[in-house]
Amino acid sequence: MTPKRKRRLLLVLSLVAGLGVAAALGLTAFRENLLYFYEPSAVVAGDVGPGTRFRIGGLVEQGSVERDNEALTVTFRLADCAASVPVSYRGILPDLFREGQGIVAYGTLDGAGLFVADEVLAKHDENYMPPEVADALAQDNGETCMPANMTQS
Amino acid sequence: MYRWFHQLGSPPYFYRLARRLEPRLAIAALLLIAWGVYGGLVKAPPDYQQGEAFRIIYVHVPSAWLSLFVYTAMAVAGAVALVWRMKLAEVFVTAAAPLGAAFTFLALVTGSIWGKPMWGTWWVWDARLTSELILLFLYLGVIALNAAIEDRRSAARACALLALVGVINVPIVHYSVEWWNTLHQGPTITRFDRPAMAPEMLWPLLWCALGFNFLFFWLQLPRMRYELLQREARSRWVARELGSE
Amino acid sequence: MGGYAAYVWSSYGVSAGVLGLCVATTYIRLAWLKRQLRRRETELDDPK
Repeated sequence: MTPKRKRRLLLVLSLVAGLGVAAALGLTAFRENLLYFYEPSAVVAGDVGPGTRFRIGGLVEQGSVERDNEALTVTFRLADCAASVPVSYRGILPDLFREGQGIVAYGTLDGAGLFVADEVLAKHDENYMPPEVADALAQDNGETCMPANMTQS
Repeated sequence: MYRWFHQLGSPPYFYRLARRLEPRLAIAALLLIAWGVYGGLVKAPPDYQQGEAFRIIYVHVPSAWLSLFVYTAMAVAGAVALVWRMKLAEVFVTAAAPLGAAFTFLALVTGSIWGKPMWGTWWVWDARLTSELILLFLYLGVIALNAAIEDRRSAARACALLALVGVINVPIVHYSVEWWNTLHQGPTITRFDRPAMAPEMLWPLLWCALGFNFLFFWLQLPRMRYELLQREARSRWVARELGSE
Repeated sequence: MGGYAAYVWSSYGVSAGVLGLCVATTYIRLAWLKRQLRRRETELDDPK
């Protein structure tokens, strides 16, 4: 390689390396802001206080869904493996909403620890299979408390 | 090997080779996509959770993969163009940008169409969706830069530089679902020993993805030929090529 | 397809449309440029 090319190659490599370091530093600094949602245990631990709007993501606890047909409100508990938070929501739920499903709700905590949501989005997992296979799997190992993709490593 | 590399780098040689390869790539792309779409729409069973809506995966995921692949290829070609001043690498960068933008646009639009029935929203500002949108802006930036600079060589070099700078976004798009809590689900195909997808659903996806890859190279060749003709309009090989067709 | 047919078909429709447009513009542009270059060639060959 000619010295000129060597110099240019060095320049290009250092440019990419510098950018990589800058991006890594910037992203770690903004890590919190890039979190799309908090987990129930973080909310119970007091990471976010009442009054601020934030998102909470977890699984709809089995047997916790109660519908008030007159007021069109739904209450349920959102849980991860460690804790659960009661949520109330008024509006149309996504098709995938059901007990055991991953959900992300947007709203605020009231003083009593109830999360009042004005938006509920369903989060589906990364598994794709025919219904029969899913049934067989569910009989095999029962249910998990939190799918891997909902937890933050 | 080195000699072949040199030969490939010569525009007339590349021009003829590309013309010979194009029909074959086109046939391969169309067959693979047709087979994949047939498998995905007809043969694959509905998903246990998402029912029939999951079939959007067969256009969404290949587009998203290609959006990252094309940008990475552009960045590599950009580096070669900047260091070795190779004409074909320069031409590759400027020719690929609109194709990459098209794939990114498709990934965003089909994802949005998928998000509405499944998540309950067309769009959210989570890390995956936002970084993919930035990728689209990077492609548009390369296209705009290429159009704004008159001289073809300096335009290509500016584009190569932007492609190289923007490549930092590619790993961010890819790992966003693992680094942060996102509404977008995690990766399905991370390891080949245990993909989180039933094989009769997975195979059509792989055929479609391979087909999209062939489609990219098929279209990239005439796009590169266009740029070469434009750049070397005055050279003798162009006159010879045009006369022989 | 249940209630999702419209979503599935529209995503395939958009994809076919955009990719088809890519194919069409690529070859139309190339043909246009070739025609232009050929015309210039003949003008250079026999100047009026």
